[in-house]
Amino acid sequence: MERCDDMSTVNLLKDQLVEERKSFIVVKGRQKNQLKCEADSIAGCVSQRACVYCGARVVLNPVTDAIHLVHGPIGCASYTWDIRGSLSSGSELYRNSFSTDLKENDVIFGSEKKLARAIDELVEKYNAGLVFVYSTCVVGVIGDDLEAVCRAAAKKHGIEVIPVQSSGFIGNKSAGYRAACDALLRLIELPAGKLPGRTAGSGGRSVNYLGDFNLAGEAWIITNYLKSMGVDVNVVFTGDATHQSLKKAATASLNIMQCAGSMAYLARRMEELYGIPYLKVSFLGLEDTSASLRKIAAAFKDPEMMRRAEELIARETAGVRPVIEQYREKLRGKKAAIYVGGGFKAISLVKQFREIGIDVVMVGTQTGREEEYQTLHDIADDGTVILDDANPSELEKFMLEKGAHLLVGGVKERPLAYKLGVAFIDHNHDRKHPLSGFVGAINFAREVYSTVCSPVWKYTRGMGGVLHAQE
Amino acid sequence: MHRNEVNTRHCRNVNENPCNMCMPMGGILPFKGIEQSMVIIHGSQGCSTYMRRHIAEHFNEPVDVGSSSLNEKGTIYGGAGNLKQALDNIRKVYRPRLIGVLTSCLAETIGEDIDGIARDYLHERGLADFPLVTVSTPGYGGSHAEGYWLAVKRIVAKLARPTEKHAGINVIVPNLSPADIREIKRILELMRVKYTLVPDFSDTLDSPYTRTYKKIPEGGTRLADIEQMPGAAATIQLGVTVDESISPGHYLQNEFGVPLYNLPVPMGIENTDLLVNLLARLTGGKIPVILEQERGRLLDCMIDSHKYNARGRSVVFGEPELVYAVVKVCVENGVFPAVVATGSRSARLEELLKPVVAECPLEVRVVNEADFTRIRACCRDMGVNIAIGHSDGKYLTEKEGIPLVRTGFPIHDRVGGQRLLSVGYVGTTMFLDRITNTLLENKLKNYRSSMYQKFYRGVEENNQCSVGS
Repeated sequence: MERCDDMSTVNLLKDQLVEERKSFIVVKGRQKNQLKCEADSIAGCVSQRACVYCGARVVLNPVTDAIHLVHGPIGCASYTWDIRGSLSSGSELYRNSFSTDLKENDVIFGSEKKLARAIDELVEKYNAGLVFVYSTCVVGVIGDDLEAVCRAAAKKHGIEVIPVQSSGFIGNKSAGYRAACDALLRLIELPAGKLPGRTAGSGGRSVNYLGDFNLAGEAWIITNYLKSMGVDVNVVFTGDATHQSLKKAATASLNIMQCAGSMAYLARRMEELYGIPYLKVSFLGLEDTSASLRKIAAAFKDPEMMRRAEELIARETAGVRPVIEQYREKLRGKKAAIYVGGGFKAISLVKQFREIGIDVVMVGTQTGREEEYQTLHDIADDGTVILDDANPSELEKFMLEKGAHLLVGGVKERPLAYKLGVAFIDHNHDRKHPLSGFVGAINFAREVYSTVCSPVWKYTRGMGGVLHAQE
Repeated sequence: MHRNEVNTRHCRNVNENPCNMCMPMGGILPFKGIEQSMVIIHGSQGCSTYMRRHIAEHFNEPVDVGSSSLNEKGTIYGGAGNLKQALDNIRKVYRPRLIGVLTSCLAETIGEDIDGIARDYLHERGLADFPLVTVSTPGYGGSHAEGYWLAVKRIVAKLARPTEKHAGINVIVPNLSPADIREIKRILELMRVKYTLVPDFSDTLDSPYTRTYKKIPEGGTRLADIEQMPGAAATIQLGVTVDESISPGHYLQNEFGVPLYNLPVPMGIENTDLLVNLLARLTGGKIPVILEQERGRLLDCMIDSHKYNARGRSVVFGEPELVYAVVKVCVENGVFPAVVATGSRSARLEELLKPVVAECPLEVRVVNEADFTRIRACCRDMGVNIAIGHSDGKYLTEKEGIPLVRTGFPIHDRVGGQRLLSVGYVGTTMFLDRITNTLLENKLKNYRSSMYQKFYRGVEENNQCSVGS
């Protein structure tokens, strides 16, 4: 389908959308950039967002040696059991989904005792030092005193039992990120002999890496890059993290933060509490990966580290660039639509698509923040549709209208793209291949090529094979 | 020795790796099998999104489900406003001919009166005749299996009208694959039965690729046909494990006097015979040659494979209705079950299994309200070597080395869950081949090394050369 004139897109906005949704959508260059975001989803609009609990579980689940106990009816635990690709170098405990499996009687008569017994059973059986107890909608309504139950259990077993305030109705997915960050903050210990707010610099060249969930080993890839520059990763939040490694987070001298949507709050709080400054980074795409490595080296003001960073970038780029160029030749002029969870990823993807010769015609996120949308607006081409908290019918409308050849998204968006005859990139948490760093840049280009240039489209577009009766 | 233990743990404190999902999840599926219908979950945003994700991954189809997106305010002051707004927006964007409203734990816990809200809404909008089907599906009220049946019952109850008697037959199916539903329809057509099959998501959740995308896919049981169900000559319900209180077949029998034939899912030779013979009896027609041939081929397949199958010691898990049917196939073919488990709570399944289990030569452990940690432990105890059930049994393979034949719902780590054919003589043949081939694959993969380990003792030590020592 050919690209339509931009004004018709604007008219479309006026005519065919749910009234309350219009302020969440802008067309770059055709309207003022006053995109509404960070708001509740509108009822009946089939939002692609999940809930507070989902946000909290996404962030905390990669903590490998923790018991993840969902306090609520069974569904919440069912739908989140081992659905993500976070890898572990040690414990596999996090790959279990534990639930208090509340039944009608528990809801009527209260479930604090059941929760306490559940924690007792699990701690005894799995001998863990850390339990996260996730609150769900029902628990938030019936008013179980999660704090008290967790405190008592922690004391009884001499371990950490941390409540996560993640009842689904108290906000959107972002509220869940914050609940997770609050839970993590409770774990972090002030280093011995240090005063609050005075930790910075004590960790030498060690950093915490925030906002990488070690999908397909991505945190390991980045850790290796940093090591070759002379930077030690103290702990990753939260990919392949453990109870003990998280406790020592305050000993690092710098926080580097990738997924800002989930981690900005934690980074700010760690700066306030422990005086650890933070840097925003992104390891998606050649451009962002190289820029981020330089930024980290520069932050340490160490010429040797800067030299090693340049060496690493030169070496890796030399290997990757020719491969990317090959794909770029084949992909030039194709058009992409982006709909992902957070703003940082959307921004990086716009740049990454440019690296491989693809224009972005639509970009949106579930939980992007105002400043991130500003950046998106700044870097987008004129005519690009930018939207927050989109739904299937909007995605359909704009992909067709703008003639997108591919969509980047998650599990729910995939079948929609395919049914529209549009190629698709899985950029979600259940993928099994890394998209970070230099190796990820190659994987990304290869994946884009394999879906955009697949022979199957020849048939769906009526250019190959036809039934006799239809000739 | 027979020792058929029934193990039920009603007062467990913790579920470790669930073998079931929640009620509204099951409630969504029937609505996807009704023509031009949409469904809304009255609750917080996450419920509908998680369930959409799960269903979309199994069927590889877009699955749009609305949400009333309850927030803190709605939770405290009531969610009527949210639900009405959701109904408005769904009607505007999708223009459905029927809308289902399912409750979540949250809506039920705060005491939402969805029938009242629905009544008010239709009145306020002047839509008196619009079918708005409310279903009470609190997540703590049962598993997805109960949610499914209750939703079917509510749909039928909403649409059914007293009507002239007619020769049609109602066919009510459980949560089967679209391919299975298509096979049941093919058998009905071969037998020249005029039927109304509910819910029919054989097209809607396995829709052909076409050039123009439709927000609500073509297909599904026609509303006008459901209206006529009370006049049918009989109801055949594939739901022997279903409690009467949520059984659509019983509803039609009790309210309209439609004779009910409650049959198991037609998997295995006996269960398929039951269906085909009943159809022949109801229609007075002959059994077509083609079905006799298919039956003969199944028998041929059973004979060809019986010695391989004899080495199988199976665990069967999933929704009660499917578990019963799969166990029958296993017992007919000597892949005797050692562990039978469902995450639901089904007293009927236990009763139904008693005579089947009695045919098994070795102990069978039946676990109601099971979770996967318990299922795994039972499999270890009982020496299980093949698992049959949905994808959530993947740890049986990963951690215990037991191969898994994927069947049922959800299948989210393989493609083609919607295309798996397992019912009727043809489907059973294909299903049995999948089981047998899995046993063969596992045997061929291991037998050289296992025989070597077991029997090879090397050359006597004192005959060995001792070069260099």
